[in-house]
Amino acid sequence: MRASHSSTTSLVTDLSLKSRPAPKTQVASTGALGVPVAPVDIEASCVSKTFAGTPIFSDVSFRLVRAEAVALVGANGTGKSTLLRCLMGLLPVSDGRVVLLGQDTGTTTHAALRGLRARIGLVSQKHNLVPRLSVLSNVVHGLLGQRPGLRHWSHRFAPEASRLDAMQALEKVGLADLALRRADRLSGGQSQRVAIARAIVGAPEILIADEPCASLDPAAGEDVMDLFFQLARENGVTVVFTSHHIDHALRYGDRVLGLAEGRLRLDATAASLKPADLRGLYD
Amino acid sequence: MTDATPPRYDRVSAVGFLGYAAGVALIVWCLNGAGFSLEKVTTSPPRFADFMSRAWPPNLEPSVLERLGWKMIETLQIAVAGAVIGVILSVPVALLAARGLVAGGWINQVTRTILGFLRAVPDIAWALVFVVAVGLGPFAGMLAIVVDTVGFCGRFFADDMEGTDKGPAESLAATGARKIDVVACATIPAAMPAFISTSLYALEKAVRSSTILGLVGAGGIGIELKVGFDLFDYPTAMTVILMIAVVVIGIEQISGWARNRIIGTER
Repeated sequence: MRASHSSTTSLVTDLSLKSRPAPKTQVASTGALGVPVAPVDIEASCVSKTFAGTPIFSDVSFRLVRAEAVALVGANGTGKSTLLRCLMGLLPVSDGRVVLLGQDTGTTTHAALRGLRARIGLVSQKHNLVPRLSVLSNVVHGLLGQRPGLRHWSHRFAPEASRLDAMQALEKVGLADLALRRADRLSGGQSQRVAIARAIVGAPEILIADEPCASLDPAAGEDVMDLFFQLARENGVTVVFTSHHIDHALRYGDRVLGLAEGRLRLDATAASLKPADLRGLYD
Repeated sequence: MTDATPPRYDRVSAVGFLGYAAGVALIVWCLNGAGFSLEKVTTSPPRFADFMSRAWPPNLEPSVLERLGWKMIETLQIAVAGAVIGVILSVPVALLAARGLVAGGWINQVTRTILGFLRAVPDIAWALVFVVAVGLGPFAGMLAIVVDTVGFCGRFFADDMEGTDKGPAESLAATGARKIDVVACATIPAAMPAFISTSLYALEKAVRSSTILGLVGAGGIGIELKVGFDLFDYPTAMTVILMIAVVVIGIEQISGWARNRIIGTER
Protein backbone atom coordinates (compact mmCIF):
# COMPACT_ATOMS: atom_id res chain seq x y z
CA MET A 1 0.00 0.00 0.00
CA ARG A 2 3.00 2.22 0.23
CA ALA A 3 4.63 1.29 -3.03
CA SER A 4 4.75 4.93 -4.06
CA HIS A 5 7.37 5.66 -1.44
CA SER A 6 10.79 5.07 -2.85
CA SER A 7 13.11 6.31 -0.12
CA THR A 8 15.20 3.96 1.93
CA THR A 9 13.34 5.01 5.01
CA SER A 10 10.08 4.09 3.36
CA LEU A 11 11.38 0.68 2.45
CA VAL A 12 12.48 0.12 6.01
CA THR A 13 9.08 1.16 7.18
CA ASP A 14 7.35 -1.06 4.65
CA LEU A 15 9.41 -4.00 5.80
CA SER A 16 8.62 -3.26 9.41
CA LEU A 17 4.97 -3.08 8.52
CA LYS A 18 5.07 -6.42 6.76
CA SER A 19 6.85 -7.99 9.68
CA ARG A 20 4.39 -6.54 12.08
CA PRO A 21 2.90 -9.33 14.16
CA ALA A 22 -0.78 -9.91 13.92
CA PRO A 23 -2.46 -7.78 16.56
CA LYS A 24 -2.95 -9.96 19.55
CA THR A 25 -6.50 -8.80 20.01
CA GLN A 26 -7.65 -9.88 16.59
CA VAL A 27 -8.42 -13.22 18.09
CA ALA A 28 -9.65 -11.79 21.34
CA SER A 29 -13.28 -11.65 20.29
CA THR A 30 -15.51 -12.33 17.34
CA GLY A 31 -18.39 -10.42 15.85
CA ALA A 32 -21.91 -11.64 15.13
CA LEU A 33 -20.85 -13.27 11.84
CA GLY A 34 -17.84 -14.93 13.40
CA VAL A 35 -15.47 -12.30 12.01
CA PRO A 36 -12.63 -11.46 14.40
CA VAL A 37 -13.17 -8.06 15.95
CA ALA A 38 -10.34 -6.09 17.53
CA PRO A 39 -11.30 -4.37 20.75
CA VAL A 40 -11.75 -0.61 20.74
CA ASP A 41 -8.97 1.08 22.72
CA ILE A 42 -10.17 4.65 22.34
CA GLU A 43 -13.62 5.87 21.46
CA ALA A 44 -14.45 9.57 21.17
CA SER A 45 -18.14 10.37 20.84
CA CYS A 46 -19.21 13.89 19.87
CA VAL A 47 -16.30 15.34 21.84
CA SER A 48 -16.04 19.11 22.13
CA LYS A 49 -13.58 21.31 23.95
CA THR A 50 -13.75 25.00 24.75
CA PHE A 51 -11.31 27.21 26.62
CA ALA A 52 -12.86 30.25 28.33
CA GLY A 53 -15.81 30.10 25.96
CA THR A 54 -13.64 29.78 22.85
CA PRO A 55 -14.35 26.54 21.01
CA ILE A 56 -11.24 24.57 20.10
CA PHE A 57 -13.00 21.68 18.36
CA SER A 58 -16.53 20.36 18.29
CA ASP A 59 -18.37 17.15 17.70
CA VAL A 60 -15.33 14.96 17.11
CA SER A 61 -16.08 11.23 16.93
CA PHE A 62 -13.90 8.28 16.04
CA ARG A 63 -12.88 4.83 17.25
CA LEU A 64 -9.40 3.42 17.47
CA VAL A 65 -9.00 -0.34 17.56
CA ARG A 66 -6.15 -2.29 19.04
CA ALA A 67 -2.83 -2.14 17.19
CA GLU A 68 -4.02 0.59 14.85
CA ALA A 69 -1.66 3.46 14.02
CA VAL A 70 -3.57 6.70 13.56
CA ALA A 71 -2.14 10.01 12.43
CA LEU A 72 -3.90 13.13 13.62
CA VAL A 73 -3.16 16.04 11.30
CA GLY A 74 -4.24 19.63 10.96
CA ALA A 75 -2.93 23.16 10.96
CA ASN A 76 -1.60 24.93 14.07
CA GLY A 77 -4.35 25.81 16.51
CA THR A 78 -6.82 23.20 15.36
CA GLY A 79 -6.60 21.45 18.71
CA LYS A 80 -4.60 18.31 17.93
CA SER A 81 -2.60 18.43 21.15
CA THR A 82 -5.68 19.37 23.14
CA LEU A 83 -7.54 16.42 21.67
CA LEU A 84 -4.71 14.07 22.65
CA ARG A 85 -4.85 15.40 26.21
CA CYS A 86 -8.59 14.92 26.28
CA LEU A 87 -8.18 11.34 25.10
CA MET A 88 -5.81 10.65 28.00
CA GLY A 89 -8.05 12.36 30.53
CA LEU A 90 -5.40 15.00 31.20
CA LEU A 91 -7.98 17.61 30.19
CA PRO A 92 -11.72 17.22 30.73
CA VAL A 93 -13.89 17.40 27.64
CA SER A 94 -16.49 20.17 27.51
CA ASP A 95 -19.03 17.95 25.85
CA GLY A 96 -19.24 14.40 24.59
CA ARG A 97 -17.59 11.28 25.88
CA VAL A 98 -14.19 9.59 25.73
CA VAL A 99 -13.98 5.89 26.46
CA LEU A 100 -10.40 4.85 27.08
CA LEU A 101 -9.59 1.16 27.33
CA GLY A 102 -13.22 0.46 28.10
CA GLN A 103 -13.76 3.15 30.74
CA ASP A 104 -15.46 6.52 30.40
CA THR A 105 -12.82 9.09 31.40
CA GLY A 106 -15.50 11.59 32.37
CA THR A 107 -17.15 9.43 35.01
CA THR A 108 -14.29 7.33 36.30
CA THR A 109 -12.54 8.14 39.58
CA HIS A 110 -9.16 9.89 39.74
CA ALA A 111 -7.53 6.68 40.91
CA ALA A 112 -9.08 4.67 38.07
CA LEU A 113 -8.02 7.34 35.59
CA ARG A 114 -4.45 7.09 36.85
CA GLY A 115 -4.73 3.33 36.40
CA LEU A 116 -5.78 3.87 32.79
CA ARG A 117 -2.94 6.28 32.15
CA ALA A 118 -0.51 3.70 33.51
CA ARG A 119 -1.44 1.63 30.46
CA ILE A 120 -0.51 4.48 28.09
CA GLY A 121 2.82 5.91 27.00
CA LEU A 122 3.22 9.55 25.96
CA VAL A 123 5.96 11.08 23.85
CA SER A 124 5.78 14.85 23.59
CA GLN A 125 7.11 17.32 21.04
CA LYS A 126 9.59 18.57 23.61
CA HIS A 127 10.99 15.41 25.14
CA ASN A 128 10.02 16.69 28.61
CA LEU A 129 12.77 14.87 30.45
CA VAL A 130 13.72 16.11 33.91
CA PRO A 131 16.99 17.84 33.02
CA ARG A 132 18.99 17.48 36.21
CA LEU A 133 18.34 13.78 36.65
CA SER A 134 20.05 10.83 35.04
CA VAL A 135 18.73 9.16 31.93
CA LEU A 136 18.05 6.01 33.95
CA SER A 137 16.01 7.87 36.59
CA ASN A 138 13.97 9.50 33.84
CA VAL A 139 13.15 6.10 32.39
CA VAL A 140 12.37 4.63 35.83
CA HIS A 141 9.85 7.48 36.22
CA GLY A 142 7.90 5.90 33.38
CA LEU A 143 6.95 3.15 35.85
CA LEU A 144 5.49 5.51 38.46
CA GLY A 145 1.94 4.92 37.30
CA GLN A 146 2.24 1.16 37.74
CA ARG A 147 4.60 1.17 40.70
CA PRO A 148 3.99 4.36 42.70
CA GLY A 149 6.08 5.36 45.66
CA LEU A 150 9.34 6.95 46.57
CA ARG A 151 11.46 3.97 45.57
CA HIS A 152 10.80 4.99 41.96
CA TRP A 153 11.73 8.63 42.49
CA SER A 154 15.30 7.79 41.52
CA HIS A 155 17.02 4.81 39.97
CA ARG A 156 19.24 4.75 43.06
CA PHE A 157 16.37 3.57 45.29
CA ALA A 158 14.41 1.65 42.66
CA PRO A 159 13.94 -2.13 42.98
CA GLU A 160 16.30 -4.13 40.82
CA ALA A 161 13.42 -5.33 38.62
CA SER A 162 12.50 -1.75 37.79
CA ARG A 163 16.09 -0.79 37.06
CA LEU A 164 16.35 -3.81 34.78
CA ASP A 165 13.13 -2.88 32.97
CA ALA A 166 14.46 0.63 32.48
CA MET A 167 17.81 -0.62 31.19
CA GLN A 168 16.04 -2.93 28.74
CA ALA A 169 13.93 -0.03 27.50
CA LEU A 170 17.10 2.02 27.04
CA GLU A 171 18.69 -0.85 25.21
CA LYS A 172 15.77 -0.92 22.79
CA VAL A 173 16.37 2.72 21.93
CA GLY A 174 20.12 2.14 21.74
CA LEU A 175 21.10 4.29 24.71
CA ALA A 176 21.91 1.77 27.43
CA ASP A 177 25.47 3.08 27.55
CA LEU A 178 24.23 6.56 28.49
CA ALA A 179 22.10 5.40 31.42
CA LEU A 180 23.96 7.43 34.03
CA ARG A 181 24.40 10.59 31.96
CA ARG A 182 22.43 13.65 32.99
CA ALA A 183 19.42 14.20 30.75
CA ASP A 184 20.39 17.80 29.99
CA ARG A 185 23.66 16.61 28.46
CA LEU A 186 21.98 14.69 25.63
CA SER A 187 21.41 15.79 22.05
CA GLY A 188 17.86 16.44 20.88
CA GLY A 189 17.63 13.07 19.13
CA GLN A 190 19.03 11.22 22.15
CA SER A 191 16.60 13.04 24.45
CA GLN A 192 13.66 12.00 22.31
CA ARG A 193 14.89 8.40 22.33
CA VAL A 194 15.01 8.51 26.13
CA ALA A 195 11.47 9.90 26.10
CA ILE A 196 10.46 6.91 23.98
CA ALA A 197 12.18 4.56 26.44
CA ARG A 198 10.23 6.22 29.27
CA ALA A 199 7.02 5.76 27.30
CA ILE A 200 7.56 2.08 26.55
CA VAL A 201 9.16 0.95 29.83
CA GLY A 202 5.77 0.07 31.30
CA ALA A 203 4.77 -1.98 28.22
CA PRO A 204 1.81 0.32 27.42
CA GLU A 205 -1.18 -0.77 25.39
CA ILE A 206 -1.47 2.64 23.74
CA LEU A 207 1.31 5.01 22.68
CA ILE A 208 0.49 8.65 22.12
CA ALA A 209 2.99 10.92 20.40
CA ASP A 210 2.48 14.65 20.05
CA GLU A 211 4.65 15.80 17.15
CA PRO A 212 7.51 13.60 18.31
CA CYS A 213 10.01 14.90 15.78
CA ALA A 214 8.96 18.55 15.60
CA SER A 215 11.98 19.77 17.55
CA LEU A 216 14.47 17.59 15.70
CA ASP A 217 16.41 18.03 12.48
CA PRO A 218 15.04 16.00 9.56
CA ALA A 219 17.52 13.11 9.86
CA ALA A 220 17.07 12.75 13.62
CA GLY A 221 13.32 13.08 13.16
CA GLU A 222 13.27 10.20 10.67
CA ASP A 223 15.34 8.06 13.03
CA VAL A 224 13.02 8.79 15.94
CA MET A 225 9.88 8.03 13.92
CA ASP A 226 11.33 4.78 12.57
CA LEU A 227 12.34 3.68 16.05
CA PHE A 228 9.03 4.70 17.60
CA PHE A 229 6.95 2.77 15.11
CA GLN A 230 9.26 -0.20 15.04
CA LEU A 231 8.87 -0.56 18.81
CA ALA A 232 5.13 0.06 18.69
CA ARG A 233 4.57 -2.54 16.00
CA GLU A 234 6.80 -5.14 17.58
CA ASN A 235 4.43 -5.10 20.53
CA GLY A 236 1.12 -4.63 18.73
CA VAL A 237 0.55 -1.31 20.46
CA THR A 238 -2.15 1.15 19.40
CA VAL A 239 -0.56 4.42 18.30
CA VAL A 240 -2.00 7.90 17.98
CA PHE A 241 0.37 10.59 16.77
CA THR A 242 0.16 14.13 15.54
CA SER A 243 2.43 15.48 12.86
CA HIS A 244 2.78 18.36 10.47
CA HIS A 245 4.70 16.08 8.12
CA ILE A 246 2.20 14.86 5.56
CA ASP A 247 4.58 12.11 4.47
CA HIS A 248 4.91 10.89 8.05
CA ALA A 249 1.15 10.73 8.42
CA LEU A 250 0.82 8.67 5.25
CA ARG A 251 3.88 6.53 5.82
CA TYR A 252 3.45 5.64 9.48
CA GLY A 253 -0.30 5.85 9.91
CA ASP A 254 -2.74 3.10 9.00
CA ARG A 255 -5.40 5.74 9.19
CA VAL A 256 -5.44 9.52 9.08
CA LEU A 257 -7.73 11.83 10.99
CA GLY A 258 -7.77 15.47 9.88
CA LEU A 259 -8.88 18.41 11.99
CA ALA A 260 -9.79 21.72 10.36
CA GLU A 261 -11.88 24.64 11.53
CA GLY A 262 -12.62 22.86 14.79
CA ARG A 263 -14.15 19.81 13.12
CA LEU A 264 -13.01 16.36 12.13
CA ARG A 265 -12.86 16.85 8.36
CA LEU A 266 -11.02 13.69 7.38
CA ASP A 267 -11.12 10.07 8.50
CA ALA A 268 -9.64 7.71 5.95
CA THR A 269 -7.10 4.94 5.56
CA ALA A 270 -3.63 6.15 4.72
CA ALA A 271 -3.57 3.87 1.70
CA SER A 272 -6.52 5.69 0.17
CA LEU A 273 -4.98 9.15 0.54
CA LYS A 274 -2.54 11.21 -1.47
CA PRO A 275 -0.48 14.10 -0.08
CA ALA A 276 -2.74 16.54 -1.92
CA ASP A 277 -5.71 15.26 0.07
CA LEU A 278 -4.04 16.37 3.28
CA ARG A 279 -2.76 19.72 2.06
CA GLY A 280 -6.32 20.96 1.95
CA LEU A 281 -6.41 20.71 5.74
CA TYR A 282 -3.72 23.36 5.97
CA ASP A 283 -5.38 25.92 3.65
CA MET B 1 17.86 62.39 3.59
CA THR B 2 16.15 63.81 6.64
CA ASP B 3 17.74 66.64 8.60
CA ALA B 4 15.32 66.32 11.54
CA THR B 5 15.69 64.17 14.63
CA PRO B 6 12.91 63.04 16.94
CA PRO B 7 12.44 64.90 20.26
CA ARG B 8 14.54 63.57 23.12
CA TYR B 9 11.71 63.66 25.65
CA ASP B 10 7.95 63.30 25.50
CA ARG B 11 5.95 66.37 26.47
CA VAL B 12 4.65 65.91 30.00
CA SER B 13 0.88 66.14 30.33
CA ALA B 14 -0.79 68.06 33.14
CA VAL B 15 -1.77 64.81 34.83
CA GLY B 16 1.77 63.52 34.48
CA PHE B 17 3.17 66.73 35.93
CA LEU B 18 0.82 66.43 38.92
CA GLY B 19 1.97 62.82 39.39
CA TYR B 20 5.64 63.87 39.50
CA ALA B 21 4.79 66.70 41.91
CA ALA B 22 2.88 64.30 44.17
CA GLY B 23 5.86 61.92 44.17
CA VAL B 24 8.26 64.70 45.21
CA ALA B 25 5.80 65.85 47.92
CA LEU B 26 5.61 62.28 49.26
CA ILE B 27 9.40 62.03 49.54
CA VAL B 28 9.63 65.41 51.32
CA TRP B 29 6.86 64.33 53.72
CA CYS B 30 8.68 61.09 54.50
CA LEU B 31 12.01 62.89 55.08
CA ASN B 32 10.22 65.25 57.46
CA GLY B 33 8.64 62.33 59.32
CA ALA B 34 12.05 60.65 59.56
CA GLY B 35 13.46 63.74 61.28
CA PHE B 36 15.87 64.47 58.45
CA SER B 37 18.10 67.37 59.42
CA LEU B 38 20.89 68.79 57.27
CA GLU B 39 22.23 70.50 60.37
CA LYS B 40 22.64 67.15 62.12
CA VAL B 41 24.26 65.69 59.03
CA THR B 42 26.82 68.48 58.93
CA THR B 43 27.55 68.42 62.68
CA SER B 44 27.74 64.63 63.03
CA PRO B 45 31.21 64.00 61.51
CA PRO B 46 33.05 65.45 64.51
CA ARG B 47 30.92 63.28 66.84
CA PHE B 48 31.56 60.27 64.68
CA ALA B 49 35.26 61.05 64.70
CA ASP B 50 35.11 61.33 68.47
CA PHE B 51 33.49 57.88 68.71
CA MET B 52 36.11 56.43 66.38
CA SER B 53 38.93 57.95 68.41
CA ARG B 54 37.53 56.32 71.55
CA ALA B 55 36.76 52.99 69.83
CA TRP B 56 40.03 52.66 67.93
CA PRO B 57 42.08 50.58 68.23
CA PRO B 58 39.66 47.73 68.82
CA ASN B 59 40.11 45.59 71.89
CA LEU B 60 42.31 42.68 70.83
CA GLU B 61 43.12 41.25 74.23
CA PRO B 62 43.32 37.45 73.96
CA SER B 63 40.75 36.91 76.71
CA VAL B 64 38.29 39.27 74.97
CA LEU B 65 38.94 37.72 71.58
CA GLU B 66 38.40 34.26 73.01
CA ARG B 67 35.11 35.29 74.65
CA LEU B 68 33.87 37.06 71.52
CA GLY B 69 35.06 34.20 69.34
CA TRP B 70 32.93 31.70 71.23
CA LYS B 71 29.99 34.08 71.05
CA MET B 72 30.50 34.37 67.30
CA ILE B 73 30.56 30.59 66.99
CA GLU B 74 27.29 30.49 68.94
CA THR B 75 25.92 33.10 66.53
CA LEU B 76 26.84 30.93 63.56
CA GLN B 77 25.35 27.88 65.24
CA ILE B 78 22.07 29.75 65.73
CA ALA B 79 22.12 30.88 62.10
CA VAL B 80 23.01 27.54 60.53
CA ALA B 81 20.67 25.46 62.71
CA GLY B 82 17.80 27.91 62.22
CA ALA B 83 18.35 28.23 58.48
CA VAL B 84 18.66 24.47 57.90
CA ILE B 85 15.53 23.63 59.89
CA GLY B 86 13.72 26.55 58.26
CA VAL B 87 14.67 25.43 54.75
CA ILE B 88 13.58 21.84 55.46
CA LEU B 89 10.23 23.00 56.86
CA SER B 90 9.79 25.37 53.92
CA VAL B 91 9.54 22.57 51.37
CA PRO B 92 6.22 21.06 52.56
CA VAL B 93 4.89 24.53 53.34
CA ALA B 94 5.79 25.69 49.84
CA LEU B 95 4.01 22.66 48.36
CA LEU B 96 0.84 23.84 50.09
CA ALA B 97 1.40 27.42 48.93
CA ALA B 98 2.20 26.67 45.27
CA ARG B 99 -0.78 26.99 43.00
CA GLY B 100 -1.73 23.99 40.89
CA LEU B 101 0.56 21.44 42.53
CA VAL B 102 -0.82 19.37 45.38
CA ALA B 103 -3.31 21.55 47.23
CA GLY B 104 -6.47 23.38 46.23
CA GLY B 105 -6.89 27.10 45.74
CA TRP B 106 -8.06 28.05 49.20
CA ILE B 107 -5.25 26.11 50.88
CA ASN B 108 -2.78 27.95 48.62
CA GLN B 109 -4.28 31.26 49.65
CA VAL B 110 -4.38 30.52 53.39
CA THR B 111 -0.78 29.25 53.33
CA ARG B 112 0.42 32.30 51.41
CA THR B 113 -1.34 34.59 53.85
CA ILE B 114 0.34 32.86 56.81
CA LEU B 115 3.71 33.09 55.04
CA GLY B 116 3.08 36.78 54.44
CA PHE B 117 2.43 37.24 58.16
CA LEU B 118 5.65 35.39 59.07
CA ARG B 119 7.61 37.69 56.77
CA ALA B 120 5.84 40.86 57.88
CA VAL B 121 6.91 40.45 61.52
CA PRO B 122 10.66 41.30 61.83
CA ASP B 123 13.00 38.62 63.11
CA ILE B 124 13.88 40.70 66.17
CA ALA B 125 10.17 40.74 67.10
CA TRP B 126 10.00 36.96 66.70
CA ALA B 127 13.07 36.74 68.96
CA LEU B 128 11.26 38.78 71.64
CA VAL B 129 8.25 36.46 71.36
CA PHE B 130 10.39 33.33 71.68
CA VAL B 131 12.39 34.77 74.59
CA VAL B 132 9.06 35.02 76.40
CA ALA B 133 8.03 31.55 75.25
CA VAL B 134 11.22 29.52 75.81
CA GLY B 135 13.36 31.85 77.91
CA LEU B 136 16.57 33.77 77.31
CA GLY B 137 19.29 32.15 75.26
CA PRO B 138 20.24 30.89 71.80
CA PHE B 139 17.26 28.53 71.45
CA ALA B 140 14.92 31.53 71.26
CA GLY B 141 17.17 33.03 68.58
CA MET B 142 17.21 29.81 66.60
CA LEU B 143 13.41 29.60 66.66
CA ALA B 144 13.21 33.19 65.45
CA ILE B 145 15.52 32.32 62.55
CA VAL B 146 13.44 29.22 61.75
CA VAL B 147 10.22 31.23 61.54
CA ASP B 148 11.85 34.00 59.52
CA THR B 149 13.39 31.45 57.12
CA VAL B 150 10.08 29.61 56.63
CA GLY B 151 8.37 32.91 55.81
CA PHE B 152 11.05 33.76 53.28
CA CYS B 153 11.85 30.37 51.73
CA GLY B 154 8.25 29.10 51.82
CA ARG B 155 7.15 31.95 49.60
CA PHE B 156 10.07 31.79 47.18
CA PHE B 157 10.14 27.99 46.95
CA ALA B 158 6.45 28.11 46.04
CA ASP B 159 7.09 30.75 43.38
CA ASP B 160 10.03 28.74 42.04
CA MET B 161 7.92 25.58 41.73
CA GLU B 162 5.09 27.45 40.03
CA GLY B 163 7.59 28.82 37.52
CA THR B 164 9.03 25.48 36.42
CA ASP B 165 8.48 24.04 32.96
CA LYS B 166 5.22 22.09 33.14
CA GLY B 167 6.22 19.66 30.39
CA PRO B 168 8.06 17.04 32.48
CA ALA B 169 5.29 17.12 35.10
CA GLU B 170 2.66 16.55 32.43
CA SER B 171 4.65 13.68 30.97
CA LEU B 172 4.78 11.99 34.37
CA ALA B 173 1.10 12.68 35.03
CA ALA B 174 0.44 11.00 31.70
CA THR B 175 2.04 7.80 33.01
CA GLY B 176 -0.57 7.70 35.78
CA ALA B 177 1.82 8.96 38.45
CA ARG B 178 0.29 10.42 41.62
CA LYS B 179 0.55 14.16 42.26
CA ILE B 180 3.12 13.68 44.99
CA ASP B 181 5.25 11.51 42.69
CA VAL B 182 5.00 14.10 39.92
CA VAL B 183 6.08 16.88 42.28
CA ALA B 184 8.95 14.84 43.72
CA CYS B 185 10.24 13.61 40.36
CA ALA B 186 9.61 16.55 38.04
CA THR B 187 8.74 19.77 39.81
CA ILE B 188 11.24 19.75 42.69
CA PRO B 189 14.24 18.65 40.58
CA ALA B 190 13.39 21.38 38.06
CA ALA B 191 13.19 23.97 40.83
CA MET B 192 16.30 22.71 42.62
CA PRO B 193 18.74 25.36 41.28
CA ALA B 194 16.38 28.07 42.48
CA PHE B 195 15.92 26.24 45.81
CA ILE B 196 19.68 26.12 46.35
CA SER B 197 20.13 29.77 45.47
CA THR B 198 17.28 30.83 47.75
CA SER B 199 18.53 28.60 50.59
CA LEU B 200 22.02 30.05 50.42
CA TYR B 201 20.58 33.55 50.48
CA ALA B 202 18.45 32.52 53.47
CA LEU B 203 21.64 31.37 55.22
CA GLU B 204 23.31 34.73 54.56
CA LYS B 205 20.21 36.47 55.88
CA ALA B 206 20.16 34.22 58.96
CA VAL B 207 23.80 35.02 59.75
CA ARG B 208 23.10 38.76 59.50
CA SER B 209 19.99 38.41 61.67
CA SER B 210 21.61 36.21 64.29
CA THR B 211 24.27 38.85 65.01
CA ILE B 212 21.68 41.23 66.41
CA LEU B 213 19.27 38.81 68.11
CA GLY B 214 21.44 38.99 71.21
CA LEU B 215 20.24 42.58 71.68
CA VAL B 216 16.99 41.12 73.03
CA GLY B 217 18.58 38.21 74.88
CA ALA B 218 18.14 35.60 72.17
CA GLY B 219 21.76 34.45 72.16
CA GLY B 220 24.69 35.20 69.94
CA ILE B 221 27.20 38.01 69.77
CA GLY B 222 24.60 40.80 69.76
CA ILE B 223 24.56 40.90 73.57
CA GLU B 224 28.29 41.74 73.56
CA LEU B 225 27.60 44.68 71.26
CA LYS B 226 24.88 45.95 73.58
CA VAL B 227 27.04 45.55 76.70
CA GLY B 228 29.94 47.26 74.95
CA PHE B 229 27.86 50.36 74.21
CA ASP B 230 26.03 50.30 77.56
CA LEU B 231 29.37 50.30 79.44
CA PHE B 232 30.98 52.79 77.02
CA ASP B 233 33.51 50.06 76.24
CA TYR B 234 33.78 51.25 72.63
CA PRO B 235 36.98 49.32 71.74
CA THR B 236 35.23 46.04 72.56
CA ALA B 237 32.12 47.19 70.69
CA MET B 238 34.35 48.00 67.70
CA THR B 239 35.87 44.51 67.90
CA VAL B 240 32.37 43.03 67.80
CA ILE B 241 31.39 45.19 64.79
CA LEU B 242 34.53 44.17 62.91
CA MET B 243 34.01 40.48 63.74
CA ILE B 244 30.42 40.66 62.49
CA ALA B 245 31.54 42.36 59.28
CA VAL B 246 34.27 39.80 58.64
CA VAL B 247 31.99 36.84 59.31
CA VAL B 248 29.05 38.18 57.26
CA ILE B 249 31.27 39.06 54.30
CA GLY B 250 32.99 35.67 54.62
CA ILE B 251 29.66 33.82 54.63
CA GLU B 252 28.52 35.79 51.57
CA GLN B 253 31.72 34.86 49.74
CA ILE B 254 31.42 31.18 50.67
CA SER B 255 27.74 31.22 49.74
CA GLY B 256 28.49 32.78 46.34
CA TRP B 257 31.22 30.25 45.70
CA ALA B 258 28.93 27.36 46.70
CA ARG B 259 26.12 28.72 44.52
CA ASN B 260 28.37 28.78 41.46
CA ARG B 261 29.89 25.44 42.33
CA ILE B 262 26.57 23.63 42.81
CA ILE B 263 24.32 25.19 40.19
CA GLY B 264 26.73 26.92 37.83
CA THR B 265 25.45 29.95 36.00
CA GLU B 266 21.85 28.76 35.75
CA ARG B 267 19.31 30.11 38.22
